[in-house]
Parts: sequence; structure tokens; C-alpha cells
Amino acid sequence: WGGLDGALVFLGLVLSIQVKCYHEIITIGYRVYHSYDLPWFRSLSWYFLLCVNYFFYGETVADYFATFVQRREQLQFLIRYHRFISFALYLTGFCMFVLSLVKKHYRLQFYMFAWTHVTLLITVTQSHLVIQNLFEGMIWFLVPISSVICNDITAYIFGFFFGRTPLIKLSPKKTWEGFIGGFFSTVVFGFIFSYFLAQHQYFVCPVEYNSETNRFVTECEPSELFQMKKYSVPPLLQAVLGWETVNMYPFQMHSIALSTFASLIGPFGGFFASGFKRAFKIKDFADTIPGHGGIMDRFDCQYLMATFVHVYITSFIRGPNPSKLLKQLLILQPEQQLSVYKTLKSHLVEKGILQPSLRG
Amino acid sequence: MTELRQRLGREPGGTREPEEKESESENKLDGETASDSESKSEFGGSPPVPTSDDTPEVLNRALSNLSSRWKNWWVRGILTLAMITFFFIIIYLGPMVLMTIVMCVQIKCFHEIITIGYNVYHSYDLPWFRTLSWYFLLCVNYFFYGETVTDYFFTLVQREEPLRILSKYHRFISFALYLTGFCMFVLSLVKKHYRLQFYMFGWTHVTLLIVVTQSHLIIHNLFEGMIWFIVPISCVICNDIMAYMFGFFFGRTPLIKLSPKKTWEGFIGGFFATVLFGLLLSYVMSGYRCFTCPVEFNNDTNSFTVDCEPSELFQLQEYNIPLVLQSVVGWKTVRMYPFQIHSIALSTFASLIGPFGGFFASGFKRAFKIKDFANTIPGHGGIMDRFDCQYLMATFVNVYIASFIRGPNPSKLIQQFLTLRPDQQLHIFNTLKAHLVDKGMLGSLEDA
Repeated sequence: WGGLDGALVFLGLVLSIQVKCYHEIITIGYRVYHSYDLPWFRSLSWYFLLCVNYFFYGETVADYFATFVQRREQLQFLIRYHRFISFALYLTGFCMFVLSLVKKHYRLQFYMFAWTHVTLLITVTQSHLVIQNLFEGMIWFLVPISSVICNDITAYIFGFFFGRTPLIKLSPKKTWEGFIGGFFSTVVFGFIFSYFLAQHQYFVCPVEYNSETNRFVTECEPSELFQMKKYSVPPLLQAVLGWETVNMYPFQMHSIALSTFASLIGPFGGFFASGFKRAFKIKDFADTIPGHGGIMDRFDCQYLMATFVHVYITSFIRGPNPSKLLKQLLILQPEQQLSVYKTLKSHLVEKGILQPSLRG
Repeated sequence: MTELRQRLGREPGGTREPEEKESESENKLDGETASDSESKSEFGGSPPVPTSDDTPEVLNRALSNLSSRWKNWWVRGILTLAMITFFFIIIYLGPMVLMTIVMCVQIKCFHEIITIGYNVYHSYDLPWFRTLSWYFLLCVNYFFYGETVTDYFFTLVQREEPLRILSKYHRFISFALYLTGFCMFVLSLVKKHYRLQFYMFGWTHVTLLIVVTQSHLIIHNLFEGMIWFIVPISCVICNDIMAYMFGFFFGRTPLIKLSPKKTWEGFIGGFFATVLFGLLLSYVMSGYRCFTCPVEFNNDTNSFTVDCEPSELFQLQEYNIPLVLQSVVGWKTVRMYPFQIHSIALSTFASLIGPFGGFFASGFKRAFKIKDFANTIPGHGGIMDRFDCQYLMATFVNVYIASFIRGPNPSKLIQQFLTLRPDQQLHIFNTLKAHLVDKGMLGSLEDA
């Protein structure tokens, strides 16, 4: 598994997909508005993409590659003033846009400006959330994406065999039977898939950057989520299954939440994209994949999933990132550090984590 | 804005705020005003049209003798004074009122821009969509206010059980609320109106991005200290006024095709005048604690307090004047607040980049063939017309503060610390301790 680190490959993949999706949506914008001949604007769109990516990657790099960054002077400067530099870069683009406004094309240019920003909001933000999820542990990347794919496929299969009642006017081919069948299959799939992934440290551990070997490592003491526990089976299911207790990973409970979201809310992302295609009278986002359309066509249901997983992780799973916290503590003014130190100390003593008699 | 009209009714001649430098210079100029009149240029240089019908009766009667051109200047001038007075009054009333006013301005701006969207797309009859726009505004505001409240009212939140849960799962709740709106949008898509609906969806989101984010950054700046709120906004206003005056007297070379009335002379003159103004205003304000101290919420009195030991930024220091200026000014050293140096950066941004926000708004108005965003303020147009240059300023100040002035918020850090696992807490505590001992802040035997 070592070789070309899985994490690095995924990172590259996510970035490529993001760029391709962005390109597809922007191209649709050009076609809709017949605005090929606003040459400035193509450069500006790519420039804004670069700026926003620079901003997000800078935040990620600072957090996860802290030790790598500490050693290099130039990077230190870039990290410390990262927000300011990103803002300055963005402003340059904004001013260039204003200077590029041409008399007859004002409306077009404003449309493309807004189109670019909304696209950035959708594709780039999501892709960075996907990367954050990935760094939490590859399982948080693989299980959600697989659940969405599984839901797509099983909903189609159930719809094919049992489909009768249409689901929504926007997508006439979707049926309630497919929707519900897909839901149950996805939950079961997620459950089983998590069981297999949770056993391997490679998937379960947060991705860390080892400054000595200059590689990503995924090695750790698996957290509680990934340690087998005995659960009592509720009496209802006991009769069905015939077991009284079952050994499960706590993560599998979370996978139920993830699969449920993928099956119930994820399709709305697909409907949104269908509505978008009908609104702008296009059949597919692009023709990249024969038979399936563009990359966006495959990823439309994934949008909301990445954000949901990220919000889920930050709300229910992990707290703040300790190394990030430490880094911020060390930037404080000395008096502030001292006051924080006192507060922390009294808290730790109170909780019994620190012995009050310990000195030095 | 009815309160403005009432005030106008009582004092048609303007006000006499003692601290108001702008109003004094206003009064000196015999009725000439200083406001952005680029919207007039839409009509290819036709003579300035009298303002909309909103001009109150009082003014109409008082100015009926003057020609329409002078009448226009008077109306704009009076309104400028009224707005500036209003600004001073709300500053006086304190942070709570300021926050409310920022909120109201934000809602009004949002409403103005969305209404323009309806006008452009003739999409009045998408009833779902009006509700959805307001719903999204509510969601985003809920998200931002929740983050602010959690940061600054930390102890208050911890005490009340329901608030604690709301704040712990804040992001999840906000996301769920947003998703509901998103799903409602998808369900509301109607066959013949897909494109319109997507346009309005995009329009709403871009508006939210511009208007709501900026207003929350303004509130963050405000909590840092009222001086970080007042000085930037005043610099933008001053630049507007000064650039206009310099342009009026000395203007010759046009600046940009988008706004034919702007000139390079006005631009440069405005720049220098604003930097000077910023220096003076900061000097005056740095002396007062109520402006320089961070706004804090006092749990015992359940109100806002602005009381603290002024930071280094607001303590007079001796600076050596560079030799170049010594001959000019005749002093060797000068006593200044370090904040005044920062004010130069703020004024420079307000003068050089701030106008781009104005050009952006001009381009927008031309693109959609509207004269003003709305007719709320007689002579000036809508609220957005007054705030277009302020957009970038709020973000800039916020980024500036975060990058150069203050570090992270200590109480927020403590709050995050408390959610960590015990072993992580211990690790951080020990590292911090070692760091402090290293710096000599903590004796190795000291039990702080």
C-alpha cells in the first residue's frame, strides 16, 4: 500500500476533477451567453480559480504540514500573511474585471462574473471539503462517495425492475420504488463496506505528513470509533436475526447517517443539476465520458455529500485540530498566553488531569 | 428612512455637530455639496435632472426659488449632512445600536438588489422565490450571528442550557436549515420558468455573498474596537466627498470610461486629503477609551462594556521624522499613536481601491439599465448607492486586523481547548508551559 501514497493520488484526482468540473460549467456559461469573444474574461475566470484554490490550499497546508512549513523561511512568511496575500490576489482580479468592462457588453460581463463566482462556490469549496475529509481518514472519503455511487446504481436497478410511481417532474425516469429501494440497499451497503474498511489502519487513520521521510503516513492508534464493541440488539431485531448481541464498529452507526443522507438528500443535488440542464437547454454538461456525459454529470449528487460529511465530522466526531490550536496559542501576545495558561491550568487541575502539587 | 425625513423637517438648514469637520466645510461652500453624481452620467451628459418625487415638501418649498440645478445640489447637500449626523448619533448610542443599524442596512441592501433582479427578469410571479430569498437571508444571518455570539458571548452561552446546545451543533443546524431551503428550491422548479428560477437563485447567492458577508465583517471590526469601524467608514466617506470637490475645482483628465465624471485630479487630491483626514481623525479618537477598547459583554451587568487598558497601538510614542520631512515640518520628532500609521494604510486603501467598488456598482447599474438602486434617499438613490464603496473596505479592514493587528481570539482558543480530549489537552498545556518558561514569562518553580 505504501508506494505512491493513496492519499497523494486521491488529492491529485480531486484537484483534476475540480478543475474539469469548473471548466465544464464555465464553458456552458460561454455558450449560453455567446460570450466567447470576451477574451479578458476567460483569463479572469482561470485567475479567480487559481486565487480561490491558493487560499484554500494555503489554509490546508498550514494546518497539516506544520512541521514542513516551520523549517522553511519563505513559507513561514507566506503562511503568516496568507489571508492578506490571498485577499490581495483576489482584489487584483476584481480590479482587472472592473477595468475590463466594455461599453456594449456590461450585462454579459456581469453575468459571467456572477456565473464564475457561483461555480467557484459550488465546485471549489466542495472539493476542498472533500480533501479535508480525506485527511481525517480515507474512510471518510471512500464511504460517502461509494454510498452516493451505490445509491445511484441501486435506485436505477430497483427503478428498472419495480418502478411504477414517478418521483418528481424534473426527472421523469426516477420512481418512488427506486428511491426507497435504493435507500435501503445503500444503508446496507454502507454498513457492510464500513465494516471491512474499519479493520485497516490505512483507511482509518488521519493522514499525516511525515517530515523525515517526506511522505504521507497513515499510522496510528485507531480511535474508539474503529474498535469493535458489543452492542445489544434491540428486542425487535432479536427475533429476526436470532442474535442477542453483535460486534460492531461504532463507525458503522455513523455510516448509517452518511448513507441516509446520500440516499435521501443527495438526489436533490441530482435534481438541481437536471433542472439546470433543462433551464439552459443542454443535454449533458459535456461529452467527456461516452454514455454518461461530462464529469459534472457523474458528480452532481456528490456536491452536498462532501459538505454534509465535513459538517458531520466537525459537529459530532472530532473537535478542533490540536496542532492548529497550539500554533494559534503560540502566536498570541505573551500576556495573553500567560492568562490562557492560567485558565487552562485551573481547568486541568479541576478535572484532575493535572496534579496541583506538580511544579516545573 | 422616515426618521431622516422627520429630522429634515425640523432642521432644513443642516446641523451643527461640534466635532463634525465635514459639516463645517460643507457650510462654508455656499450650498455646494459633495456627493457621488456618477449616476447622472448614464443619460449622456444631459443636464442634472431634479431628484425623484421623494423630495420632501418642506425642501421643495424652501428651494422653489432656485433653479433646478442648485436645488439639486442643495437637496444632496442636506441629505449628506443628515446622513453624517445620523452616523454620529448612532455612534454615540453605542455598540448595540450600531449592530442593529448594520443589520438593517444589510437587509435593505439585500432587498434593493433582489428587487432589481425581479425587475430585470420580470419574475414577480414566482411567489415561492420571494419567500426563499428571505429564507436564505435568514439562514446565512443565523449562521454568522451564531458564530459571532459564540465567540463574544461565550460565558453567557455556557450558562444557558438551550443556547449551549445550539452553539455546540451550530454548524450542523445552520447547514440543515440551508439544505431545507435548497431542497425547497429544487421542489419549486416549475417547467416553464427553469431558467428564471436558476437566475434568481444565482442572483440571491451572489447578493448574499456580497452584502451579508461584508456586514458581518463590519460587526467583527466593530467588536475589535469602535475605532476600527469609524475610521474606515469615515475615510471612504471623506474620499467620496474630497474626490468630488477636487474634481469640481481642478478636474480635467477623465479617470475611467465607466464614470465619466471622475477625474485624475479628483482621485489624487482625494487620496492625499483622505490620508490627512485619517491621520487627524485617528489622533482625536485614539485618546478615548470608548473608541479604542474592544467591545466586551459583561456577564454581571448584562450589557456591553468598552473599558480596558489601551493597547500599545493607542499609546503615544515618539517617532523620528525622516530627514526629508524634517526640513518641511521643522520638527525632529513627533508624538503619534502607532494606530495613525495603520490609518495611513486604511486611508490609502479607501482612496485607491475603494473607488473600484464604486465603479463596479456603476458598471452594474449601466449593465442593467438602472439609474439608482432605489429611491430611498432623495438625491442619492438607494442605500446601496451610498454603500458601494464600502464593500471592499470592510473585508480589507477585517483581513488587515487578522493579519497585522491581533492574533487569534484567546477566549475562542480556550473554548476550543475545552472540547479536546484530556491527553491532547495535557500535551498542549505542557508545550505552552515549556514555551512560556523558555520566554522567561514563567519561572520554573512558579506555580502561577
